[in-house]
Amino acid sequence: MGKRVQTRLLDALTYLILLIGAVGMVTPFLWMVSTSFKLPADQFTKTLIPPTFTLRNFQALFAYGDISFPLLFLNSAVISLLTTIGQLLTCSMAAFCFAVVRFKGRDFLFTLLLLTLLIPFHVTLIPNFVIFSWLGLVGTSVPLWLPAFWGGAFGTFLLRQYFLTIPRDLVDAARVDGATLPQIYWKVYLPLAKPALAALAIFSFQGAWNDLLRPLVYMPAAPNTTLTVGLALFQTQMTRGGNFTVLMAGALISILPLLIVFFFAQRFFIEGIALSGVKR
Amino acid sequence: MEAGLKPLGREKFWLWAMLAPTLFGLFFSAFGSLLATLALSFTRWDLLTPPQWAGFANYIALFKDPKNLTSLLNTVRFTAMYVPGVVIVSLLVAVLMNRGLKGISFFRTAYYLPAVTSAVATALVWQMIYGKDTGILNYLLESLGLQPVCWLCTDMALYSVVIVNIWGAIGEGMIIFLAGLTTIPREYYEAAEMDGAKGLQKFFRITLPLITPSIFFQTLISTINAFQAYDYIYMLTRRGQGDSSVPVVVFSIYRNAWHFSNYGGASAQAIELTLIVAALMGLYLWLEKRFVVYE
Repeated sequence: MGKRVQTRLLDALTYLILLIGAVGMVTPFLWMVSTSFKLPADQFTKTLIPPTFTLRNFQALFAYGDISFPLLFLNSAVISLLTTIGQLLTCSMAAFCFAVVRFKGRDFLFTLLLLTLLIPFHVTLIPNFVIFSWLGLVGTSVPLWLPAFWGGAFGTFLLRQYFLTIPRDLVDAARVDGATLPQIYWKVYLPLAKPALAALAIFSFQGAWNDLLRPLVYMPAAPNTTLTVGLALFQTQMTRGGNFTVLMAGALISILPLLIVFFFAQRFFIEGIALSGVKR
Repeated sequence: MEAGLKPLGREKFWLWAMLAPTLFGLFFSAFGSLLATLALSFTRWDLLTPPQWAGFANYIALFKDPKNLTSLLNTVRFTAMYVPGVVIVSLLVAVLMNRGLKGISFFRTAYYLPAVTSAVATALVWQMIYGKDTGILNYLLESLGLQPVCWLCTDMALYSVVIVNIWGAIGEGMIIFLAGLTTIPREYYEAAEMDGAKGLQKFFRITLPLITPSIFFQTLISTINAFQAYDYIYMLTRRGQGDSSVPVVVFSIYRNAWHFSNYGGASAQAIELTLIVAALMGLYLWLEKRFVVYE
């Protein structure tokens, strides 16, 4: 009897702590939504429900002169899509070789690849910038998505972990039927690895969509830049004008696609992270 | 020789063709860039005129520059607060979620939300939350009868930025720990309960030792992230001229290269950052051998 009461109390305490935490995690988003529907005059009211509900912030956003939000949106979408395609293709090919094929130097190369995860990003940024600037590509979106086509340690690792769980017998069976390496990759492994591919697709898209530093370096100026850089530029202008409501509308629009995907594909987000976690 | 499928004849070509993009990235983009940055760090270069050999001048300048020391110190302070913060909070959240109560998926979604969205967008809300006269946080403090705080002023900004960064990272840490927690066999707890172990005892004697691989992994990832933290710091603390009230090394590299066209100096800073991270990783791997329990 005493033990049951104790468990109940512990459960209640757990819910309470989790709930307080959840309020802290979610409030900024609710605040963003709420402010983006407020009149500029109400921007600092401390109520979550807008005193007057308005859509004029969104109209102002799309009618804004210096920074065209639809264009920024399109730029971010194209860059993120190409990044995703590049990562899925190259990482899955490499992961397949590392997980399935037997060849000399395999473990050594894979360890080297994992080591690159430790190299600070900025070390590669400067020479890459120099090369892209020699090629005359700074100011275009090419430097932002092209590197996705030469693979990446994270994606390769994630997919390799998944490929390792696919039963070996399938390969042997395909072999007996006369399938070649590329055929085994394309017809056996890719179809079976859909959950892991989906997870990597989400991560790649999300990473490219949310990236700030690289777009800031390669496409720093409006009107032709990405949503993140555009928002940063917009922040300077709007904060100076004291107009947070339009700023929040911009922020909301910029995260909306990811939020929608997240609510439909939570499982992949979460499994993807768990997958890339602690297995050795 | 390792296990696996042996490529036959022409398949050798396909094997290397499939590996080619990744190997190009590995040797050219990753290690090549590392070498190039190292070489550049010994030059004076503005990208327009040919680079000039500068010997150790960039490094000596870094060493003498009080601003660099400040940014280095800030980076270290940021890391020292951020890493334990993320690890402890997300472990706590994961342990609570792992108790098998109903409705946990709702909480999981809520806690993961900041990890999905861009720091650039959420930083804008935090800018409002942290507002000195108009922000919600000071409004709450004042309604509790406390003094308002200037959250983004120089002396507080580092802490404020650490808080936001932790807020943004709890979701991922939580998932890593949840994955680790599910690998602990239930029988361990049942056996301990038979021996009369209480809640906290079970946590410290069973959960904590068995979850050391996850703690190690999360500490490693958080440290790498801490040294590269940029988005929130840029959005919340930048002032005119690319300056920041929380100068960290990454900010300083960006400013040095892309505001002052000092690519040699920025490269030296990047190398400095790499060496520090490498030293820390070495320390972690040594600690891993001593304290991490793999089954």
